[in-house]
Amino acid sequence: MQSNPEQRAARDLAEGFLGTAGASLKEAPGPYFGEYGGRWMPESLIRAMDELEDTFEKAKADPEFLEEFQRLSREYSNRPSLLTEAQRLSERAGVRIFLKREDLNHTGSHKINNVMGQALIARRMGKTRLIAETGAGQHGVATATAAAFFGMECVVYMGEEDTSRQALNVARMQLLGARVVAVQTGSRTLKDAINEALRDWVANVDTTHYLLGTAAGAHPFPAMVRYFHDAIGAEAREQLLEATGKLPDAVAACVGGGSNAIGMFHAFLDDPDVALYGFEAGGDGVESGRHAATINLGRPGVLHGARTYLMQDEDGQTIESHSISAGLDYPGVGPEHAYLSDLGRASYEPVTDTEAMEALRLLCETEGIIPAVESAHALAGALRVARGWVEEDPEAARGRVIAVCLSGRGDKDMDTAVKWFGLGAAIPSSELQAAAVKEQTGTVEAADAEAVEDLGTDQYDDPRKGTQH
Amino acid sequence: MSANNPLTQDFPASDPDSRLAARLRECREQGRPALIGYLPVGYPTVEESIRAGIELGRNGADVIELGVPYSDPVMDGPVIQQATAIALENGFRVDDVFRAVREITEATDAVVVVMTYWNPVMRTGADAFSRRLAEAGGAGIITPDLVPDEAGEWFEASARHGLDRIFLAAPSSTPERLAMISRASGGFVYAVSVMGVTGARSSVSDLAERLVADLREAGAPAVCVGLGVSRREHVEEIGAYADGVIVGTALVRALGEGGPEAVGHLTRELAGRAG
Repeated sequence: MQSNPEQRAARDLAEGFLGTAGASLKEAPGPYFGEYGGRWMPESLIRAMDELEDTFEKAKADPEFLEEFQRLSREYSNRPSLLTEAQRLSERAGVRIFLKREDLNHTGSHKINNVMGQALIARRMGKTRLIAETGAGQHGVATATAAAFFGMECVVYMGEEDTSRQALNVARMQLLGARVVAVQTGSRTLKDAINEALRDWVANVDTTHYLLGTAAGAHPFPAMVRYFHDAIGAEAREQLLEATGKLPDAVAACVGGGSNAIGMFHAFLDDPDVALYGFEAGGDGVESGRHAATINLGRPGVLHGARTYLMQDEDGQTIESHSISAGLDYPGVGPEHAYLSDLGRASYEPVTDTEAMEALRLLCETEGIIPAVESAHALAGALRVARGWVEEDPEAARGRVIAVCLSGRGDKDMDTAVKWFGLGAAIPSSELQAAAVKEQTGTVEAADAEAVEDLGTDQYDDPRKGTQH
Repeated sequence: MSANNPLTQDFPASDPDSRLAARLRECREQGRPALIGYLPVGYPTVEESIRAGIELGRNGADVIELGVPYSDPVMDGPVIQQATAIALENGFRVDDVFRAVREITEATDAVVVVMTYWNPVMRTGADAFSRRLAEAGGAGIITPDLVPDEAGEWFEASARHGLDRIFLAAPSSTPERLAMISRASGGFVYAVSVMGVTGARSSVSDLAERLVADLREAGAPAVCVGLGVSRREHVEEIGAYADGVIVGTALVRALGEGGPEAVGHLTRELAGRAG
């Protein structure tokens, strides 16, 4: 198999890493990923983090826990998720595109994997109350679902701006019995929802587990969230081998905090021939300043408990991020992604709102799948990778494989799509009839110039005049 | 990020005769708790915050804690959140902190320290921030979201520039961590009296007294208690067992409602000088 320069570079790097450190990239346990990660947290929460880490480590070594997690994944969350070859999209793109269908999980996204795992951990710790932050609402819905399933109390913090962008998910959470708090501080988006959840946690840590939804934050969250999402990549790797007889040339996922991406990447980290691509929200374009392309344009700093890339100004104040996708609208990123980027093992590139929405529509029309706007970023990025392959060698490109993590379904984004594409107005039947009349008129005109003069009367019904009715 | 276990690691020694330590010792010798007042720089404007700081220092605060407004203040309650958000809206810059420290230090005999979330320091550079703070006359930094486990750069910078490291201890901290925090801190340890964020409370929790005793047992240089203190009776109650009493939210509220003069008035009351 032919490999391009960047793949070769990634392979050399991975091999170099394996050779020198004698360890697999997959085994990174935290708290540090290179110089990223750690526990930049108030002392008040350190004991809770220690307890969480201890419980998680023991659970991982407990066959009963693993069995229960597997059983819930199978019987409740709908794992393993399908792998779908996107045939018509592949024809268009000139490469083979496979979709890892996390959109088919219970609750409609990958988020369910992590919440079921963490809710089990919370139960082991004797906690009775789950709190969570949510951006797009997918993690909030998943947490509310787990709380209902396990009979726990649930409070979800959501930036006020996001509660209006994602009103449908607010209603879903409420229906599932959760209390949804619209956070009115700061930029009123995901980062402020996390701040508010942390404040709640500090005050209620005895009874409460903070069920963080992404692979960011203080140790052990990045390692733990990754662990519960490992199945995404592990299944995809096996399914791809089965379907194509080889490993894919590339794997793509969207990156906000980066939980679906780290879950998707993880199984492939030690496969040096597999290129890994994370696509960040480019918003209005990185040159506009209105984006959430943290790895591309951020600088190392500390936020929400981890040292990682951050969008920040010269004074270390967090800069507000912007994206059409509430789920990617976060000015930080999981520390393991920061590390993989520095190592060169994964490439992170921005995808604009426009590119994502175009990809969203294309997938709808070619495959009959409505993806989440977040996942559409991954798809748009994958199509860009595909174009590069085709430009390089169209013949070879046809045999190359890219696997895209379709992290969620797009039902929640219908409002966004309606506005973006101007959808929603159905065609009045009277208009259709008028069009039919016009069309018939045209046909008549073409067929028989004389007959046109008879229009407006009933005579054109006459079969002898050659009209169709 | 040391490979050593921070619980047993040695830290650079703190100076037992630092200005902060000496001031706390003086108060103790006078048989009273130190009064420590917090105000964020830049609220409502930089000028007015400096005037309020001077009022604070001239009306009985022994130590002044100048807060650095930050975009993501996870340890603060609504009053301080609002004040720091206003400061940021009004154009607060980290540079303003050093000017405020200098002007308040020059105009009062209070010892001035800075309270800051860590990212503004990290962005400025721990060494550059420490150097500029020391040059301005600051005595140390209180770090609400930095634990000794992650403070490698801060240990180096504070030792180099002669600043005290004031770490927080919480009711949830284990004995091992209290020992580590005590060894890591200089001047005093900031004992968080309640599990929660900043904010005035009508009563101060009894968790505080136990925490102070545990910190003394653990070898803390001195222990001051904060979170929830708003009235003279709290000062007296806490002063009976702690070396100092920290007041924040009540002062910020006074500043918002009555300007720098109201800060002066409340300070006199808290210091027991009113009436």
